[in-house]
Amino acid sequence: MQERLVERAKELLADGTVVRVLGWKQGDLGYNPEPAYFNSPEELKDFVYDGFCGANLSKYMIQAGKLEGNTLVFLKPCDTYSFNQLIKEHRVKREKTYIIGVGCKGTLDVEKIKKAGIKGIESISQEGETLKVQTIYGERELPFMDALLERCTVCKGKTHQVYDELIGAQEGEEAGPTGNRFAMVEKLEAMSPKERFAFWQGELSRCIRCNACRNVCPACSCLKCVFDGNQFDSAQKANADTFEEQMFHIIRAFHVAGRCTDCGECSRVCPQGIPLHLLNRKFIKDINTFYGEYQAGEDTDSRAPLTNFTFEDVEPGVVGERGRK
Amino acid sequence: MQVEKTQEFRPKIVAFCCNWCSYAGADLAGSSRLSYPADVKIIRVPCSCRVNPMFILRAFQRGADGVILCGCHPGDCHYTTGNYYARRRMTLLFSMLDYLGVENGRTRVEWVSAAEGVKFSATMNEFVAKIHSLGENVRLEDLRCKRD
Ligand code: SF4
Ligand code: SF4
Ligand code: SF4
Repeated sequence: MQERLVERAKELLADGTVVRVLGWKQGDLGYNPEPAYFNSPEELKDFVYDGFCGANLSKYMIQAGKLEGNTLVFLKPCDTYSFNQLIKEHRVKREKTYIIGVGCKGTLDVEKIKKAGIKGIESISQEGETLKVQTIYGERELPFMDALLERCTVCKGKTHQVYDELIGAQEGEEAGPTGNRFAMVEKLEAMSPKERFAFWQGELSRCIRCNACRNVCPACSCLKCVFDGNQFDSAQKANADTFEEQMFHIIRAFHVAGRCTDCGECSRVCPQGIPLHLLNRKFIKDINTFYGEYQAGEDTDSRAPLTNFTFEDVEPGVVGERGRK
Repeated sequence: MQVEKTQEFRPKIVAFCCNWCSYAGADLAGSSRLSYPADVKIIRVPCSCRVNPMFILRAFQRGADGVILCGCHPGDCHYTTGNYYARRRMTLLFSMLDYLGVENGRTRVEWVSAAEGVKFSATMNEFVAKIHSLGENVRLEDLRCKRD
Protein backbone atom coordinates (compact mmCIF):
# COMPACT_ATOMS: atom_id res chain seq x y z
CA MET A 1 0.00 0.00 0.00
CA GLN A 2 2.66 2.48 1.08
CA GLU A 3 4.73 1.68 -2.03
CA ARG A 4 1.72 2.19 -4.29
CA LEU A 5 1.05 5.59 -2.76
CA VAL A 6 4.67 6.70 -3.13
CA GLU A 7 4.77 5.45 -6.72
CA ARG A 8 1.60 7.32 -7.66
CA ALA A 9 2.82 10.46 -5.88
CA LYS A 10 6.03 10.35 -7.93
CA GLU A 11 4.01 10.07 -11.14
CA LEU A 12 1.82 13.02 -10.25
CA LEU A 13 4.87 15.12 -9.34
CA ALA A 14 6.58 14.12 -12.56
CA ASP A 15 3.70 14.95 -14.89
CA GLY A 16 3.19 18.27 -13.16
CA THR A 17 -0.32 17.61 -11.84
CA VAL A 18 0.93 18.71 -8.45
CA VAL A 19 4.01 20.46 -7.16
CA ARG A 20 3.93 19.07 -3.66
CA VAL A 21 2.61 16.14 -1.71
CA LEU A 22 0.99 16.29 1.69
CA GLY A 23 1.34 13.02 3.53
CA TRP A 24 2.85 11.45 6.62
CA LYS A 25 6.52 10.96 7.36
CA GLN A 26 8.34 8.76 9.80
CA GLY A 27 8.45 10.25 13.28
CA ASP A 28 11.17 9.73 15.85
CA LEU A 29 9.48 6.62 17.22
CA GLY A 30 7.99 3.64 15.46
CA TYR A 31 4.47 4.76 16.20
CA ASN A 32 4.28 8.50 15.69
CA PRO A 33 4.37 9.46 12.03
CA GLU A 34 3.60 13.11 11.48
CA PRO A 35 2.03 15.19 8.70
CA ALA A 36 4.60 16.50 6.25
CA TYR A 37 5.07 18.15 2.87
CA PHE A 38 7.17 16.40 0.24
CA ASN A 39 8.43 18.68 -2.50
CA SER A 40 10.41 16.25 -4.59
CA PRO A 41 10.48 12.53 -5.45
CA GLU A 42 13.64 12.16 -3.33
CA GLU A 43 11.94 13.48 -0.22
CA LEU A 44 9.27 10.79 -0.59
CA LYS A 45 11.67 8.23 0.82
CA ASP A 46 10.50 9.26 4.29
CA PHE A 47 6.83 8.81 3.39
CA VAL A 48 4.90 6.33 5.53
CA TYR A 49 1.38 5.03 5.53
CA ASP A 50 0.59 2.61 8.32
CA GLY A 51 -1.82 2.09 11.18
CA PHE A 52 -0.42 5.07 13.07
CA CYS A 53 -1.21 7.57 10.33
CA GLY A 54 -4.29 8.68 12.21
CA ALA A 55 -3.57 12.36 11.57
CA ASN A 56 -6.29 13.91 9.44
CA LEU A 57 -4.57 16.01 6.77
CA SER A 58 -7.62 18.05 5.77
CA LYS A 59 -6.83 21.02 7.97
CA TYR A 60 -3.32 21.33 6.57
CA MET A 61 -4.91 21.97 3.20
CA ILE A 62 -5.99 25.41 4.40
CA GLN A 63 -2.35 26.39 4.45
CA ALA A 64 -1.46 24.39 1.36
CA GLY A 65 -4.20 26.13 -0.61
CA LYS A 66 -2.40 29.42 -0.09
CA LEU A 67 0.82 28.13 -1.60
CA GLU A 68 1.76 28.32 -5.27
CA GLY A 69 0.67 25.32 -7.33
CA ASN A 70 -1.45 22.27 -6.69
CA THR A 71 -1.10 19.90 -3.79
CA LEU A 72 -1.61 16.17 -3.65
CA VAL A 73 -3.20 15.05 -0.40
CA PHE A 74 -3.96 11.60 0.95
CA LEU A 75 -7.25 11.32 2.76
CA LYS A 76 -8.71 8.40 4.65
CA PRO A 77 -12.48 7.92 4.36
CA CYS A 78 -13.31 9.82 7.56
CA ASP A 79 -10.86 12.62 6.66
CA THR A 80 -12.86 13.36 3.53
CA TYR A 81 -15.81 14.49 5.65
CA SER A 82 -13.59 17.15 7.18
CA PHE A 83 -12.33 18.20 3.77
CA ASN A 84 -15.87 18.53 2.46
CA GLN A 85 -16.83 20.59 5.47
CA LEU A 86 -13.85 22.86 4.86
CA ILE A 87 -14.92 23.31 1.22
CA LYS A 88 -18.32 24.33 2.48
CA GLU A 89 -16.77 26.87 4.83
CA HIS A 90 -14.60 28.24 1.99
CA ARG A 91 -11.43 27.37 3.84
CA VAL A 92 -9.78 25.06 1.31
CA LYS A 93 -9.45 25.30 -2.45
CA ARG A 94 -10.82 22.21 -4.13
CA GLU A 95 -9.41 23.22 -7.52
CA LYS A 96 -5.88 23.39 -6.12
CA THR A 97 -6.12 19.97 -4.52
CA TYR A 98 -5.62 16.53 -5.94
CA ILE A 99 -7.12 14.01 -3.56
CA ILE A 100 -6.13 10.39 -3.39
CA GLY A 101 -8.60 8.55 -1.23
CA VAL A 102 -6.64 5.90 0.62
CA GLY A 103 -8.08 2.69 1.94
CA CYS A 104 -8.13 2.37 5.71
CA LYS A 105 -8.33 -0.67 7.93
CA GLY A 106 -8.56 1.39 11.08
CA THR A 107 -5.95 3.43 12.87
CA LEU A 108 -4.23 2.51 16.07
CA ASP A 109 -3.94 3.99 19.51
CA VAL A 110 -0.54 3.44 21.04
CA GLU A 111 -1.97 4.24 24.47
CA LYS A 112 -4.14 1.14 24.23
CA ILE A 113 -1.07 -0.95 23.42
CA LYS A 114 0.73 0.52 26.42
CA LYS A 115 -2.30 -0.09 28.61
CA ALA A 116 -2.19 -3.74 27.62
CA GLY A 117 1.02 -3.83 29.61
CA ILE A 118 3.42 -3.67 26.66
CA LYS A 119 6.40 -1.57 27.65
CA GLY A 120 9.53 -0.39 25.86
CA ILE A 121 8.03 -0.39 22.38
CA GLU A 122 10.56 -0.24 19.54
CA SER A 123 8.48 -1.00 16.49
CA ILE A 124 5.09 -2.36 15.60
CA SER A 125 4.11 -4.36 12.58
CA GLN A 126 0.90 -5.93 11.48
CA GLU A 127 0.35 -9.51 10.39
CA GLY A 128 -3.23 -10.29 9.51
CA GLU A 129 -5.36 -9.61 12.55
CA THR A 130 -2.39 -9.52 14.91
CA LEU A 131 -0.02 -6.77 15.87
CA LYS A 132 3.52 -7.79 16.48
CA VAL A 133 5.21 -5.42 18.87
CA GLN A 134 8.99 -5.43 19.15
CA THR A 135 9.97 -4.24 22.58
CA ILE A 136 13.27 -4.01 24.37
CA TYR A 137 12.05 -7.05 26.31
CA GLY A 138 11.35 -9.11 23.21
CA GLU A 139 8.37 -9.61 20.94
CA ARG A 140 4.79 -9.26 22.14
CA GLU A 141 1.52 -9.84 20.33
CA LEU A 142 -1.86 -8.15 20.53
CA PRO A 143 -5.05 -8.52 18.48
CA PHE A 144 -5.32 -5.61 16.02
CA MET A 145 -8.89 -4.88 17.15
CA ASP A 146 -7.78 -4.32 20.74
CA ALA A 147 -5.53 -1.46 19.71
CA LEU A 148 -7.97 0.49 17.53
CA LEU A 149 -8.54 4.15 18.21
CA GLU A 150 -11.92 4.75 19.82
CA ARG A 151 -13.19 6.54 16.72
CA CYS A 152 -12.35 3.53 14.54
CA THR A 153 -14.45 1.23 16.69
CA VAL A 154 -17.45 3.30 15.56
CA CYS A 155 -16.24 3.97 12.01
CA LYS A 156 -18.51 6.07 9.81
CA GLY A 157 -17.87 3.76 6.88
CA LYS A 158 -15.16 3.31 4.32
CA THR A 159 -16.71 5.49 1.64
CA HIS A 160 -14.74 8.53 0.55
CA GLN A 161 -16.93 11.61 0.25
CA VAL A 162 -14.63 13.52 -2.07
CA TYR A 163 -11.63 12.35 -4.12
CA ASP A 164 -9.96 12.36 -7.52
CA GLU A 165 -8.85 8.76 -7.39
CA LEU A 166 -8.86 5.88 -4.94
CA ILE A 167 -6.00 3.61 -3.95
CA GLY A 168 -6.61 0.58 -1.79
CA ALA A 169 -10.31 1.38 -1.55
CA GLN A 170 -13.37 0.78 -3.68
CA GLU A 171 -16.26 3.08 -4.31
CA GLY A 172 -19.00 2.52 -1.77
CA GLU A 173 -17.06 0.11 0.38
CA GLU A 174 -18.65 -1.41 3.45
CA ALA A 175 -18.31 0.02 6.91
CA GLY A 176 -15.71 -1.34 9.29
CA PRO A 177 -16.44 -2.37 12.82
CA THR A 178 -19.37 -0.24 13.82
CA GLY A 179 -20.54 0.03 17.36
CA ASN A 180 -23.12 2.48 18.63
CA ARG A 181 -21.19 5.72 18.86
CA PHE A 182 -23.78 7.18 21.23
CA ALA A 183 -23.59 4.34 23.75
CA MET A 184 -21.53 6.30 26.28
CA VAL A 185 -23.57 9.48 25.73
CA GLU A 186 -26.69 7.48 26.55
CA LYS A 187 -25.06 6.07 29.62
CA LEU A 188 -24.28 9.58 30.86
CA GLU A 189 -27.78 10.78 30.07
CA ALA A 190 -29.14 8.05 32.29
CA MET A 191 -27.17 9.33 35.29
CA SER A 192 -28.40 11.94 37.74
CA PRO A 193 -27.27 15.55 37.18
CA LYS A 194 -24.99 15.32 40.21
CA GLU A 195 -23.31 12.20 38.90
CA ARG A 196 -22.87 13.80 35.51
CA PHE A 197 -21.30 16.87 37.06
CA ALA A 198 -18.92 14.67 39.00
CA PHE A 199 -18.06 12.74 35.86
CA TRP A 200 -17.22 15.86 33.88
CA GLN A 201 -15.40 17.42 36.76
CA GLY A 202 -13.21 14.34 36.92
CA GLU A 203 -12.51 14.44 33.21
CA LEU A 204 -12.13 18.15 32.58
CA SER A 205 -10.03 18.82 35.68
CA ARG A 206 -7.25 16.86 34.03
CA CYS A 207 -7.04 19.31 31.14
CA ILE A 208 -3.77 21.22 30.95
CA ARG A 209 -5.05 23.72 28.36
CA CYS A 210 -2.44 22.74 25.84
CA ASN A 211 -4.96 23.71 23.14
CA ALA A 212 -4.05 20.65 21.09
CA CYS A 213 -7.70 19.72 20.62
CA ARG A 214 -8.43 23.12 19.13
CA ASN A 215 -5.29 23.24 17.04
CA VAL A 216 -5.92 19.88 15.43
CA CYS A 217 -9.64 20.31 14.87
CA PRO A 218 -10.62 20.92 11.23
CA ALA A 219 -13.72 22.78 12.38
CA CYS A 220 -11.57 25.11 14.51
CA SER A 221 -10.09 27.03 11.63
CA CYS A 222 -10.99 30.57 12.74
CA LEU A 223 -8.32 33.11 11.84
CA LYS A 224 -8.73 34.62 15.26
CA CYS A 225 -9.97 32.22 17.85
CA VAL A 226 -11.79 33.46 20.94
CA PHE A 227 -9.17 31.65 22.97
CA ASP A 228 -6.30 33.62 21.49
CA GLY A 229 -5.06 36.57 23.50
CA ASN A 230 -6.19 39.78 21.88
CA GLN A 231 -3.47 42.05 23.23
CA PHE A 232 -0.55 40.59 21.38
CA ASP A 233 -0.30 39.02 18.00
CA SER A 234 0.16 35.53 19.31
CA ALA A 235 -1.90 32.94 21.09
CA GLN A 236 -1.26 33.71 24.72
CA LYS A 237 -2.41 31.19 27.17
CA ALA A 238 -1.19 33.42 29.98
CA ASN A 239 -3.81 35.92 28.92
CA ALA A 240 -6.63 33.52 29.57
CA ASP A 241 -9.26 34.71 32.00
CA THR A 242 -11.02 32.44 34.41
CA PHE A 243 -14.18 32.31 32.35
CA GLU A 244 -12.54 30.99 29.24
CA GLU A 245 -10.35 28.73 31.30
CA GLN A 246 -13.27 27.11 33.05
CA MET A 247 -15.67 27.00 30.13
CA PHE A 248 -13.14 26.16 27.42
CA HIS A 249 -14.48 22.74 26.51
CA ILE A 250 -18.14 23.73 26.41
CA ILE A 251 -17.46 26.84 24.37
CA ARG A 252 -15.37 24.98 21.87
CA ALA A 253 -17.88 22.16 21.60
CA PHE A 254 -20.62 24.69 20.97
CA HIS A 255 -18.59 26.52 18.33
CA VAL A 256 -18.16 23.34 16.36
CA ALA A 257 -21.70 22.03 16.94
CA GLY A 258 -23.28 21.23 13.62
CA ARG A 259 -19.90 21.50 11.88
CA CYS A 260 -18.05 18.79 13.75
CA THR A 261 -17.82 15.70 11.56
CA ASP A 262 -16.94 13.51 14.54
CA CYS A 263 -13.53 12.91 12.98
CA GLY A 264 -12.20 12.09 16.42
CA GLU A 265 -8.99 14.10 16.12
CA CYS A 266 -9.58 16.05 19.34
CA SER A 267 -9.80 12.93 21.47
CA ARG A 268 -6.90 11.35 19.60
CA VAL A 269 -4.46 14.17 20.30
CA CYS A 270 -5.47 15.04 23.86
CA PRO A 271 -2.40 14.24 25.95
CA GLN A 272 -4.61 13.80 28.99
CA GLY A 273 -6.92 11.25 27.40
CA ILE A 274 -10.03 13.37 27.95
CA PRO A 275 -13.01 11.88 26.02
CA LEU A 276 -13.83 15.10 24.17
CA HIS A 277 -15.91 13.18 21.65
CA LEU A 278 -18.53 12.73 24.36
CA LEU A 279 -19.22 16.47 24.21
CA ASN A 280 -19.36 16.62 20.43
CA ARG A 281 -21.49 13.53 20.17
CA LYS A 282 -23.99 14.93 22.63
CA PHE A 283 -24.57 17.83 20.23
CA ILE A 284 -24.67 15.48 17.25
CA LYS A 285 -27.16 13.22 18.97
CA ASP A 286 -29.39 16.15 19.94
CA ILE A 287 -29.22 17.63 16.44
CA ASN A 288 -30.21 14.27 14.98
CA THR A 289 -33.11 13.93 17.39
CA PHE A 290 -34.44 17.47 17.19
CA TYR A 291 -33.70 18.52 13.63
CA GLY A 292 -33.30 15.29 11.72
CA GLU A 293 -30.26 13.16 10.93
CA TYR A 294 -27.35 15.33 9.95
CA GLN A 295 -23.79 14.38 9.15
CA ALA A 296 -21.45 17.33 8.73
CA GLY A 297 -19.16 16.94 5.75
CA GLU A 298 -21.43 14.60 3.87
CA ASP A 299 -22.12 17.36 1.34
CA THR A 300 -20.86 20.85 0.57
CA ASP A 301 -24.11 22.77 0.23
CA SER A 302 -26.58 21.92 3.00
CA ARG A 303 -27.27 24.51 5.67
CA ALA A 304 -25.69 23.63 8.96
CA PRO A 305 -28.23 22.95 11.72
CA LEU A 306 -27.30 26.03 13.71
CA THR A 307 -27.49 28.42 10.78
CA ASN A 308 -30.88 27.11 9.87
CA PHE A 309 -34.36 26.83 11.38
CA THR A 310 -37.89 25.78 10.59
CA PHE A 311 -41.07 27.36 11.88
CA GLU A 312 -41.98 24.05 13.50
CA ASP A 313 -38.75 23.57 15.49
CA VAL A 314 -39.14 22.06 18.94
CA GLU A 315 -39.24 24.46 21.87
CA PRO A 316 -36.24 24.42 24.25
CA GLY A 317 -38.56 22.96 26.90
CA VAL A 318 -38.35 19.68 25.01
CA VAL A 319 -35.07 18.99 26.78
CA GLY A 320 -36.89 18.56 30.07
CA GLU A 321 -39.78 16.67 28.61
CA ARG A 322 -37.77 13.83 27.07
CA GLY A 323 -38.52 11.25 29.76
CA ARG A 324 -36.60 12.51 32.75
CA LYS A 325 -34.48 10.21 34.74
CA MET B 1 -18.24 24.76 66.43
CA GLN B 2 -20.86 24.36 63.82
CA VAL B 3 -21.79 27.44 61.86
CA GLU B 4 -25.49 27.41 61.37
CA LYS B 5 -26.99 28.47 58.11
CA THR B 6 -29.25 31.22 59.23
CA GLN B 7 -30.10 32.72 55.90
CA GLU B 8 -32.73 31.07 53.81
CA PHE B 9 -31.85 30.17 50.25
CA ARG B 10 -32.14 33.19 47.97
CA PRO B 11 -31.77 32.02 44.40
CA LYS B 12 -29.81 34.10 41.95
CA ILE B 13 -31.79 34.28 38.76
CA VAL B 14 -30.84 36.00 35.55
CA ALA B 15 -33.49 36.91 33.00
CA PHE B 16 -32.40 37.99 29.54
CA CYS B 17 -35.27 40.02 28.11
CA CYS B 18 -35.68 41.24 24.58
CA ASN B 19 -36.05 44.99 24.32
CA TRP B 20 -39.01 44.77 21.94
CA CYS B 21 -41.27 42.42 23.84
CA SER B 22 -40.60 40.91 27.24
CA TYR B 23 -38.65 43.89 28.56
CA ALA B 24 -41.71 46.01 27.78
CA GLY B 25 -43.76 43.15 29.21
CA ALA B 26 -41.82 43.50 32.45
CA ASP B 27 -42.56 47.24 32.42
CA LEU B 28 -46.20 46.54 31.92
CA ALA B 29 -46.16 44.06 34.77
CA GLY B 30 -44.65 46.81 36.91
CA SER B 31 -47.09 49.52 35.94
CA SER B 32 -49.96 47.08 36.39
CA ARG B 33 -48.66 46.46 39.94
CA LEU B 34 -48.13 42.79 39.31
CA SER B 35 -45.29 41.48 41.40
CA TYR B 36 -42.48 39.10 40.75
CA PRO B 37 -39.63 38.13 43.11
CA ALA B 38 -36.68 40.48 43.44
CA ASP B 39 -34.38 37.48 42.94
CA VAL B 40 -34.82 37.93 39.22
CA LYS B 41 -32.20 40.20 37.71
CA ILE B 42 -33.21 41.43 34.29
CA ILE B 43 -30.65 42.04 31.56
CA ARG B 44 -32.02 43.87 28.56
CA VAL B 45 -30.90 42.62 25.16
CA PRO B 46 -31.83 43.90 21.69
CA CYS B 47 -33.13 40.50 20.59
CA SER B 48 -33.31 37.00 22.04
CA CYS B 49 -30.84 36.09 19.31
CA ARG B 50 -28.31 38.52 20.79
CA VAL B 51 -27.84 36.16 23.67
CA ASN B 52 -24.59 34.47 22.90
CA PRO B 53 -24.58 31.04 24.56
CA MET B 54 -21.49 32.28 26.38
CA PHE B 55 -23.66 34.81 28.25
CA ILE B 56 -25.61 31.95 29.76
CA LEU B 57 -22.45 30.06 30.62
CA ARG B 58 -21.11 33.25 32.18
CA ALA B 59 -24.19 33.62 34.35
CA PHE B 60 -23.85 30.06 35.62
CA GLN B 61 -20.11 30.38 36.02
CA ARG B 62 -20.70 33.39 38.25
CA GLY B 63 -23.12 31.45 40.41
CA ALA B 64 -26.58 31.81 38.91
CA ASP B 65 -29.12 29.25 40.11
CA GLY B 66 -31.34 29.71 37.10
CA VAL B 67 -31.31 31.52 33.76
CA ILE B 68 -34.36 32.41 31.73
CA LEU B 69 -34.48 33.93 28.28
CA CYS B 70 -37.56 35.81 27.15
CA GLY B 71 -38.14 36.80 23.57
CA CYS B 72 -40.89 37.63 21.11
CA HIS B 73 -43.28 34.89 20.12
CA PRO B 74 -42.11 32.93 17.07
CA GLY B 75 -43.21 34.90 14.06
CA ASP B 76 -43.17 38.22 15.90
CA CYS B 77 -39.43 38.90 16.07
CA HIS B 78 -38.57 42.56 15.54
CA TYR B 79 -35.77 41.39 13.26
CA THR B 80 -38.01 38.77 11.63
CA THR B 81 -36.12 35.58 12.39
CA GLY B 82 -33.82 36.15 15.38
CA ASN B 83 -35.88 34.12 17.79
CA TYR B 84 -35.92 31.10 15.48
CA TYR B 85 -32.13 30.94 15.63
CA ALA B 86 -32.17 31.56 19.36
CA ARG B 87 -34.63 28.71 19.76
CA ARG B 88 -32.25 26.21 18.18
CA ARG B 89 -29.22 27.49 20.04
CA MET B 90 -30.91 27.43 23.39
CA THR B 91 -32.36 23.98 22.87
CA LEU B 92 -28.90 22.58 22.22
CA LEU B 93 -27.20 24.63 24.92
CA PHE B 94 -29.73 23.74 27.62
CA SER B 95 -29.43 20.10 26.71
CA MET B 96 -25.65 20.36 26.96
CA LEU B 97 -25.86 22.11 30.32
CA ASP B 98 -28.14 19.35 31.54
CA TYR B 99 -25.59 16.83 30.30
CA LEU B 100 -22.91 18.59 32.31
CA GLY B 101 -24.97 18.56 35.47
CA VAL B 102 -26.91 21.85 35.43
CA GLU B 103 -30.31 20.19 35.42
CA ASN B 104 -32.80 21.28 32.88
CA GLY B 105 -35.23 22.96 35.26
CA ARG B 106 -32.69 25.75 35.75
CA THR B 107 -32.85 26.93 32.19
CA ARG B 108 -35.90 28.14 30.36
CA VAL B 109 -37.03 30.01 27.29
CA GLU B 110 -40.38 31.78 27.37
CA TRP B 111 -41.98 33.86 24.65
CA VAL B 112 -43.55 36.96 26.20
CA SER B 113 -44.92 39.87 24.20
CA ALA B 114 -45.02 43.51 25.26
CA ALA B 115 -48.72 43.16 26.04
CA GLU B 116 -48.26 40.15 28.29
CA GLY B 117 -47.46 41.74 31.64
CA VAL B 118 -49.55 39.10 33.34
CA LYS B 119 -47.69 36.29 31.63
CA PHE B 120 -44.38 37.92 32.52
CA SER B 121 -45.09 38.06 36.20
CA ALA B 122 -46.66 34.59 36.25
CA THR B 123 -43.66 33.12 34.41
CA MET B 124 -41.17 34.70 36.77
CA ASN B 125 -43.08 33.59 39.87
CA GLU B 126 -43.29 30.10 38.56
CA PHE B 127 -39.63 29.98 37.56
CA VAL B 128 -38.45 31.29 40.92
CA ALA B 129 -40.60 28.68 42.67
CA LYS B 130 -39.05 26.01 40.49
CA ILE B 131 -35.52 27.14 41.35
CA HIS B 132 -36.49 27.21 45.03
CA SER B 133 -37.54 23.60 44.79
CA LEU B 134 -34.31 22.63 43.03
CA GLY B 135 -32.19 24.41 45.62
CA GLU B 136 -28.64 25.57 45.14
CA ASN B 137 -27.03 24.94 41.77
CA VAL B 138 -23.80 23.08 41.16
CA ARG B 139 -20.90 25.50 40.85
CA LEU B 140 -20.14 25.55 37.17
CA GLU B 141 -16.96 27.47 37.92
CA ASP B 142 -15.71 24.32 39.63
CA LEU B 143 -16.14 22.25 36.49
CA ARG B 144 -12.40 22.06 36.17
CA CYS B 145 -11.43 21.99 39.83
CA LYS B 146 -11.99 18.55 41.18
CA ARG B 147 -11.68 18.56 44.93
CA ASP B 148 -10.72 15.23 46.32
S1 SF4 C 1 -14.43 18.67 17.46
FE1 SF4 C 1 -13.09 16.85 17.37
S2 SF4 C 1 -14.29 15.33 16.24
FE2 SF4 C 1 -15.24 17.33 15.84
S3 SF4 C 1 -14.30 18.06 13.96
FE3 SF4 C 1 -13.09 18.89 15.67
S4 SF4 C 1 -11.42 17.42 15.98
FE4 SF4 C 1 -13.00 16.41 14.71
S1 SF4 D 1 -12.73 27.41 19.64
FE1 SF4 D 1 -14.26 28.56 18.52
S2 SF4 D 1 -13.27 30.50 17.99
FE2 SF4 D 1 -11.65 29.02 18.50
S3 SF4 D 1 -11.05 28.11 16.55
FE3 SF4 D 1 -12.61 26.78 17.48
S4 SF4 D 1 -14.54 27.47 16.58
FE4 SF4 D 1 -13.01 29.09 16.25
S1 SF4 E 1 -6.10 18.53 24.13
FE1 SF4 E 1 -6.84 17.82 26.13
S2 SF4 E 1 -5.44 18.72 27.65
FE2 SF4 E 1 -5.16 19.85 25.71
S3 SF4 E 1 -6.55 21.61 25.88
FE3 SF4 E 1 -7.66 19.99 24.80
S4 SF4 E 1 -8.77 18.91 26.43
FE4 SF4 E 1 -7.17 20.12 27.42
